[in-house]
Amino acid sequence: MSFHPKMAYDATFHKSARQLEDEGPAFVYTAENRARFDEIVTHYPPDRRRSAVLPALYLAQYQQGYITANAIRHVAELLGITRADVEDVVSYYTMFYTRPVGRFVINVCRTLSCAVNGAERVTEELCATLHIKPGETDASGTFTVVEVECLGACDRAPVIMVNDAWHERQSPDTVGKLLDDLRARGESALTGCVHVVERAGQ
Amino acid sequence: MERVLIPHVREPNSFTLDAYLAHGGYEALKAALGRKPDEIIAMVEASGLRGRGGAGFPTGMKWKFVDKKIEPRYIVCNADESEPGTFKDHLLMERNPHLLVEGCAIGCYAISAKVAYIYIRGEFFHVQGNLERAIADAYARGFLGRNILGSGFDCDVYVHRGAGAYEAGEETALLESLEGKRAQPRNKPPFPALFGLYGKPSAVNNVETLCNVPPIVSKGVDWYKALGPEKNGGPKLYCVSGQVRKPGVFEASMNITLRELVESDEFAGGAREGRKLKAVIPGGSSVPLLLPDQLDVRASFDDIQKAGSLLGSAAIIALDDTTCMVWLAENLLHFYRHESCGKCTPCREGTDWLHKILRRIERGDGQMKDLDLLASISANIGGKTLCAFGDAAVTPVLTTLKHFRHEYEAHIREGRCTLPADWRARQPVGAH
Repeated sequence: MSFHPKMAYDATFHKSARQLEDEGPAFVYTAENRARFDEIVTHYPPDRRRSAVLPALYLAQYQQGYITANAIRHVAELLGITRADVEDVVSYYTMFYTRPVGRFVINVCRTLSCAVNGAERVTEELCATLHIKPGETDASGTFTVVEVECLGACDRAPVIMVNDAWHERQSPDTVGKLLDDLRARGESALTGCVHVVERAGQ
Repeated sequence: MERVLIPHVREPNSFTLDAYLAHGGYEALKAALGRKPDEIIAMVEASGLRGRGGAGFPTGMKWKFVDKKIEPRYIVCNADESEPGTFKDHLLMERNPHLLVEGCAIGCYAISAKVAYIYIRGEFFHVQGNLERAIADAYARGFLGRNILGSGFDCDVYVHRGAGAYEAGEETALLESLEGKRAQPRNKPPFPALFGLYGKPSAVNNVETLCNVPPIVSKGVDWYKALGPEKNGGPKLYCVSGQVRKPGVFEASMNITLRELVESDEFAGGAREGRKLKAVIPGGSSVPLLLPDQLDVRASFDDIQKAGSLLGSAAIIALDDTTCMVWLAENLLHFYRHESCGKCTPCREGTDWLHKILRRIERGDGQMKDLDLLASISANIGGKTLCAFGDAAVTPVLTTLKHFRHEYEAHIREGRCTLPADWRARQPVGAH
């Protein structure tokens, strides 16, 4: 550990941040997810089932909302690798959650092109409306706000990703409306950006 | 220049197989299957196609290096587009996915691989659906699968979703991730052409690179080379973002100058009303920035390199006079600190220290000796890591120190940002 007495250390850096995953309830894939898992595994050579660990974890996360120790065990068993192998992967990638998150996870891009176009104002507005800090979930358990690095839609900055759906050219005004829509209409308010041309033509 | 890669993307349903076929899609695959694999590699090599992911390595050479004696071989398409400022592959996959599928199939044929994996970043989930449907349609019409178009050639294409890691864009880290491990780079050599996915010979190519292959096969090497300057032929997608009037993806020949891309009304339209351009990052956050008087260079791999920067992934980020350069370095180092994979100590620890010191200066608590410290930490990271991430991470620090040292010194002297107060009020990002 590098150390300098005069430096103020962040609470989360230069300390072991390892936390054990929640045990969670007993976990097995639903029949539908199991069928999708069995199909995904065929994409890889038979002796390389481990390659399917990311898709397998996505299935678990979609089924349960976040990744628990029991989900890790299940995935490890199906792929024929150890729990440590799976935990290694889970702890590395940012898109896996090991703690419960809100029904809508709002990822606000904070990297250069979005930042110079007002991403921070968007985060501030979201956090003020929901009475939370970035990284937290609001009291109702509906919204989690996370600041993330470049999402790759810099021409339509600032961009936010709500669960898997993108919303572009956001401003403090539009995100307020988006929160209202999500509360009122749930997932159907997630328009995303797919096929914008088609939608514009309608 | 006529548009080659994205000619019809603004038309409705441009992503469908019918639209692609109506514009001559999959003709290149038919033509390719009528030739020998080595002829395809020779064509790509003669065309001078250079990798569009960032390094600009000749694609034909990469394919030639793939060891033909070992089975199986793989094409791995790098669709983990994560370099800040880059969004060209996103457009290709969203609006013209069949071009990539065709490129993958031709690539597989050329190096006699039977499987191509497209490693797409996890955040591109909405694009992934499009791509998967394109692949399913291609299977249904016999452009993929067994005995393609009666040639006896088999090819499968699979999409593999990443899960949020910038480092997975590095080719060996991508292979590790595809094997179900952490996305951390391998020591090189051996290069993927000899020891790639599952230890088998593999070619790792960027999305735009593979999308360049069908036009080369169908329209010929001479046509392709004539599109751009020597050794920088072919069409290029430029992503222009930041503080310009019309950000977007623009397709152009590499004869175009950076100034045209940033300032001409045909492209990004220049700085916004009443603002002046201050600096331009020509190739993504990992390359040195250029000043407004350096923009009259051709936006080609070689010319930008001569001007002291790199074309990289052609992610042009324009910054106007409201942008504080210390803040810019701090913003980008926040990115690199977060995305460092943690394998090599200089990068893992160094990016954290650089960010801490930059934040301190930016908030007005810095000291003059911090500037030497930044330079010395940077020198301890650059060139001392397994992959190019370390060099990339120190670039924003070194380049802003070189061109805008006075802003750092003003921050330290004044204990605050010295941009005019009314600009700061408008400055979209706080912390000032």
